[in-house]
Amino acid sequence: MDTLVDILLLAFIAICAIAILRLRDLFAVAMMFGMFSLIAAGLFTTMHAPDVAFTEAAVGAGIATILILVTLGQTARREKSQAGRNVLLPLLVVWITGATLIYGTADLPVFGDPQAPAHTHVAPYYIENTQEHIGIPNMVAAVLASYRAYDTLGEVVVVFAAVIGVITLLGLRRRPAGVESRPRDLEKHQVLKVIAKMIIPVILLFGLYVQFHGEYSPGGGFQAGVIFAAGIILYALVFGLEPARQVIPPRVLGALPALGVLIFGGTGVLNQLLGGNFLDYSVLAGNPQTAQQMGIIMIEVGVGVTVGSVMLLIYFIFAERALGRRKDDGEVGR
Amino acid sequence: MLTLLADILSWALILTGGAFGIIGGIGLLRLPDFFSRIHAASITDSMCAPCIIAGLMLQSGLTLVTVKLAFLIVFLFLTSPTASHALAKAALHGGLEAGKKHGPAEARES
Repeated sequence: MDTLVDILLLAFIAICAIAILRLRDLFAVAMMFGMFSLIAAGLFTTMHAPDVAFTEAAVGAGIATILILVTLGQTARREKSQAGRNVLLPLLVVWITGATLIYGTADLPVFGDPQAPAHTHVAPYYIENTQEHIGIPNMVAAVLASYRAYDTLGEVVVVFAAVIGVITLLGLRRRPAGVESRPRDLEKHQVLKVIAKMIIPVILLFGLYVQFHGEYSPGGGFQAGVIFAAGIILYALVFGLEPARQVIPPRVLGALPALGVLIFGGTGVLNQLLGGNFLDYSVLAGNPQTAQQMGIIMIEVGVGVTVGSVMLLIYFIFAERALGRRKDDGEVGR
Repeated sequence: MLTLLADILSWALILTGGAFGIIGGIGLLRLPDFFSRIHAASITDSMCAPCIIAGLMLQSGLTLVTVKLAFLIVFLFLTSPTASHALAKAALHGGLEAGKKHGPAEARES
């Protein structure tokens, strides 16, 4: 039965990929990518990896689709025709790469093989010791936030660097004076407004649940930040950009990504000041398990703050530009 | 006895949901224009999924899973008709006329 579900999902993924290749309308392609991510999330669920599935669904199918759509709103809707281009060289490159990859899979261990290197090296250590060292049921959270906290710090810094790049390229500038900030026929969207008002508080509450329940169930700072940002982006889509920008003042929002990294790194430094190692939480409290849990909650808050504010900032910067573009009509679609 | 009854009811619900899914799929492929296709697609959202979830709720009994599934049904009942509404409205706003035939090729071109 499981095999059947796997085959179906993989077939859907293949169909999605072929459809993406054949479509020329980039809006449709963006939606297909969202579906691709959602099916991949389903596949991860059948592999009993709910944390990864959660991330894939929230980031791949949710936020990434919105960001791509906002980007397309500023560039072109349709892919340029590739007719008349030489296809032989790209085809050759793809064939050689594909053949190498397939050849490489011959060396990989069989799926689920207990003797695979991934299952014989550090994984047994985490599985055997999480309960004793940290005392939380979600081993994935323990590995991400405690055993491999250094790697997670790197990931958060990457997200932080991404928003720095976006700000450097596009700027935090305000829109030129006189540009209408409300979407054109806002008043007509009565149904959307009513439903959004009912849904958004629940989304934000769910974000907080994912944030602070991450040690007990799938979830954590990454997913929570994305869900929280998605709630506010939904508000911006339905009620207009300006009211949404007032939810968090731009000055505060601009500082939040750095604050999140500071909380994460600061927790590490705090441990050093207390006489421990960087990001080794056991010195935070008398009982090592309580100390570990405190440390995990602190850095997860840092992760959530950074990820959520980065997603919001990127969306706001993109959407602001799109509004500016709409004003001077000639530039649209260039 | 009671478990048997719950089992029969839950399978009836799951099969009804599956039937609605197939009907929605056929409608999506065969109905002539965009707006009637949205109607077919929204059947899968608002009938197929809740029926299957209700069937699963009966399967899982009085557990936390059932509560989560109940939340899912409420969420779907609120969001999927709204999504259909937004889609239809966007199409109308974009100048798509009701009753006009849209072949798959044409939809790809427009």
